[in-house]
Amino acid sequence: MDETHAPQQIGGIFYRIGLFFKPVPLLGYLLGFLACVLLEQLAGEGLASLLGLPKIPVLFGLLTIFKVVAGMVNLLIKGDVFNWASLVHIPSVLAYLTVIYLIPLGVVARTAVKPANSLARYLQGFPLVITALVQLGLMYTVLHIWAEMSDYRLITLKLTLIAILLTLSLNIINGYMGEFSCSHPGFMAIGAYMSSLFTVGLFSSDRVLGDAVFTFSVAYLSFPLALLFGGMMAALGALIVAIPSFKTRGDYLAIISLAFLFIVKSFFENVQALGGSRGIAGQPDWAALPVIFITVAFGIWTINNFVTSTMGKALNAVRDDETAAEAMTVNTRKTKMSAFLFGAFWAGVAGGLLAHVLRYVNPAMFGIQKLAEVLAMVYFGGLNSVYGSIVGAVSISLLGEALRPLEILKWIVIPLLLILVMIYRPTGLIAFKEFDVRQVFGPKEVD
Amino acid sequence: MPLLHVTDMSHNFGGLQAVSGYNLNLDPGQITGLIGPNGAGKTTIFNLITGIYRPTKGSVRFDGEEIVGKKANETSAMGLARTFQEMKLWRHMTVLEHVKMARYSKLSYGFMGAFLDTPKRRREERKTTDLAMEYLKMFAVDQFADQFVVNLPYGAQRRVEMVRAMATDPKVLLLDEPTVGMTPDEMMAMIEVVRKAHERFNLAIFLIEHRLRVVQELCQHVQALVFGQVLVEGKPDEVQNHPKVIEAYIGDQEIEF
Repeated sequence: MDETHAPQQIGGIFYRIGLFFKPVPLLGYLLGFLACVLLEQLAGEGLASLLGLPKIPVLFGLLTIFKVVAGMVNLLIKGDVFNWASLVHIPSVLAYLTVIYLIPLGVVARTAVKPANSLARYLQGFPLVITALVQLGLMYTVLHIWAEMSDYRLITLKLTLIAILLTLSLNIINGYMGEFSCSHPGFMAIGAYMSSLFTVGLFSSDRVLGDAVFTFSVAYLSFPLALLFGGMMAALGALIVAIPSFKTRGDYLAIISLAFLFIVKSFFENVQALGGSRGIAGQPDWAALPVIFITVAFGIWTINNFVTSTMGKALNAVRDDETAAEAMTVNTRKTKMSAFLFGAFWAGVAGGLLAHVLRYVNPAMFGIQKLAEVLAMVYFGGLNSVYGSIVGAVSISLLGEALRPLEILKWIVIPLLLILVMIYRPTGLIAFKEFDVRQVFGPKEVD
Repeated sequence: MPLLHVTDMSHNFGGLQAVSGYNLNLDPGQITGLIGPNGAGKTTIFNLITGIYRPTKGSVRFDGEEIVGKKANETSAMGLARTFQEMKLWRHMTVLEHVKMARYSKLSYGFMGAFLDTPKRRREERKTTDLAMEYLKMFAVDQFADQFVVNLPYGAQRRVEMVRAMATDPKVLLLDEPTVGMTPDEMMAMIEVVRKAHERFNLAIFLIEHRLRVVQELCQHVQALVFGQVLVEGKPDEVQNHPKVIEAYIGDQEIEF
């Protein structure tokens, strides 16, 4: 949005690149990425061995680069032996990235501007559903092919998608409503446990919950019900937090919700019927990539619908000035309650998905560290913004994975980044930006 | 039966008697002014009538219905709109969104409609947008529709606040110092805006004002409030020149300056 004001001296080259790619619609980028992933499938392994890489770079080379960096850091602080030959991995990875991703993406996206724009314009003539389905279908195809290359990619992608849903659901409360809630991992835990109770308890035999009650071959069709159940129970938990805390304003919600998080955690730690601190394992493998993709897309859609409606904008009114909101006929209590429950519902669904991706669930997963992680995603990405939540969740998840070779230093780098963002952009990277679905899927008009 | 009928309303904050034995009759189409020195309790009276505070004693009847105990959002949905002295606008919302928000209680698509983008929601949102634009045009602020309120000039912000109150479909409009901080030109423009709203919708207006010029231009009836009690009421001229009112404002006449 600040492209037009980009300082010419520093941002000159980036500004020009941005201008060059400005007319590319989402459809163009999707086609470009499709070319990339197809190319990688065809030539990725060959190129990687040609460049002397042990295997194809899984996370856009980030992991490989940071592994080398970690080696150097260990040499400096611990005096470990550093394999100097691994230095050559950095240019090889960059070459790989350029050949497989940057060049095909740039070329295809830029050359396909005209057809992509006219296709987008053609699709715009149909109801929004058609456009959305076509482009989301394409997006799914790209992600599917990309994730097919390695199991590590698949699990990272799944966790990232879940993180997006979780971040967005927290953004409703901390961003749009402007209250500070700390209980999100608690809602997630409720969702995870309750949906596991549903699936493991009913459909599979397990140490904690006993034998399966039903044995259908199509039992996986009940997975949406399990997620719905998890989400509903999380919303019910939210009601318990909301009733006492929304009578007042200020820091009360933060304190009450933090207490709630600990109560939930110790509840699950101590109820032996739910496996105690060892939790429940053996969830059926129903959280496949398409299931997660559809759930997350649906979640983003409903949340975006809500926050762009006048009913949802009432949250902003309550946040900016509650007295004025009441004077303008807004039922502030109902608005706050519903938004809080709605956020908790999606957190519960995200928890349900997480439990079925990892195929185990225990109370230790939903502690303060999870809270810090999701808060970081919300505040890094940007308050009051769907874009922001997506950017925040994706970048923190990827960064978390990429910095894994740095081990303990990872927990210095990520907070440091967060501090820098808070200093230079106090509301996050992309805050207060409306996400217009029509505009996202539509053609880019060039003037 | 007057439209807004306040009888023997009193309120105290702890030991402080903020308002005592206050009475008001407001008929449809009538403009009444409320003047008084700072701290006299004028804004408190507004807050008591609209339900932000609950009076410790007395009754407020609006359109024949007792409204003491109703919340601010309920009284405003019934047709009791107000503006604020310090202009409580929402800083992260556009002008159009401000006016649409005032239609909140008239929306019937519910939360499920909001989540799932139903055709009913789309229809209602479109209708609300059209209506809001109409109101914005009426008060000549439609050119700012997509701007954030903080970027508007002061006079325009005041008008936006007025439009927002008007969009709730009020029967009674309570204006809390609508010309505070304005230049004489802006003040005259504001008087015109109030007059226009009054004529067009046959509103009853209850106005707090410090500037006697505004009161003289607009009001048929004026109350002078001092220490939570109505000292004098009547025609603007009579009230303004009443010795007790002058005394309350500038002290005893005997004092040498």
